[in-house]
Amino acid sequence: MKINVKFDLDITCKKVLEEQLNKLDIPHTIYSSGEVELKRMLSEEELEELSGNLSTYGIQILNDQKIALVQRIKNTINEMLEADTPQAHTVSIYLSEKLNYSYTYLSNLFSEATYTSIENFVILRKVDHAKELMANTDLTLTEIAYRLNYSSVAHLSSQFKKTTGLTPTKFQRILEKRRGKRIETI
Amino acid sequence: MKIQSAQTGAQILNIALADDDEDDRQFFQDAIEDISIKTKLSLLNDGQELMDYLNLPNVVLPNLVFLDLNMPIKNGMQCLKEIRANADLDKVCIAIYSTSCSENDIEDTFVNGANIYLNKPNNFNKLRDSIEKVLQINWQYHTSNLNRDNFLLRL
Repeated sequence: MKINVKFDLDITCKKVLEEQLNKLDIPHTIYSSGEVELKRMLSEEELEELSGNLSTYGIQILNDQKIALVQRIKNTINEMLEADTPQAHTVSIYLSEKLNYSYTYLSNLFSEATYTSIENFVILRKVDHAKELMANTDLTLTEIAYRLNYSSVAHLSSQFKKTTGLTPTKFQRILEKRRGKRIETI
Repeated sequence: MKIQSAQTGAQILNIALADDDEDDRQFFQDAIEDISIKTKLSLLNDGQELMDYLNLPNVVLPNLVFLDLNMPIKNGMQCLKEIRANADLDKVCIAIYSTSCSENDIEDTFVNGANIYLNKPNNFNKLRDSIEKVLQINWQYHTSNLNRDNFLLRL
């Protein structure tokens, strides 16, 4: 006899977490982002047992504070870029002030975890923001350059070309043609 | 106290390459093994093999597919169109990997939904560097909430 099943991984994981935590009498709240809040501290032994039990289900405890810090670096960079005000600080000063770590430490950690330097990530983010504005607004390149704190349109264009391999004009033309195609197929 | 859970192995990039030339496949595999980003590479001999692979019932979909344009049975352009017409394959990034430098070919693949256009370099170090750059940027799109719809890269 054969049956077919379909499962929702999210529910499965939550259920497993719940059962395993209850088994060890650990009061908790499970959030959807894969974050679990434990209502009391665990002893070394308990943590080891929990992590052993979970690993048989392919669930891993990220005791890695570093991964969490990398995420905070990214969030801080996004906040800084989205502030829409001229930046008085350089990225390095801004990050070390906000996060209370030396920039050298942050920068090494970031490169190790993401295979990219913080500087490159900032450029990638800015270019992504520029693309967003080109795709979804009527702003001219000059206006976009001003908004994103580029010293000139030429600077924006050359950074755009260097990062994507395409000129802003070509990028816009491709997006327009894609849209045209989508309308055609509808 | 807070703990975070993740599925084991989530930090590995799954990559597929479809290329009918055996030397090119070997070359590519050597280059990718030389890069520090952790990857799992699947090699397919032509476009039809790739599509069959992507349509397997329990397949772990690749994050990134490298696609040669000139292949027998089913060429790269046909694969590109089929992949982009299939909503289940929405999250797969497509890198065209070709010897053609024609601006028309390049634009045409982008318009049809390719994310990356990479010219086959003629020496190993250049290939290694190009693939590394593609993987780095792809990694950011994979982990940083950048807008995939606007992901275009020409190398």
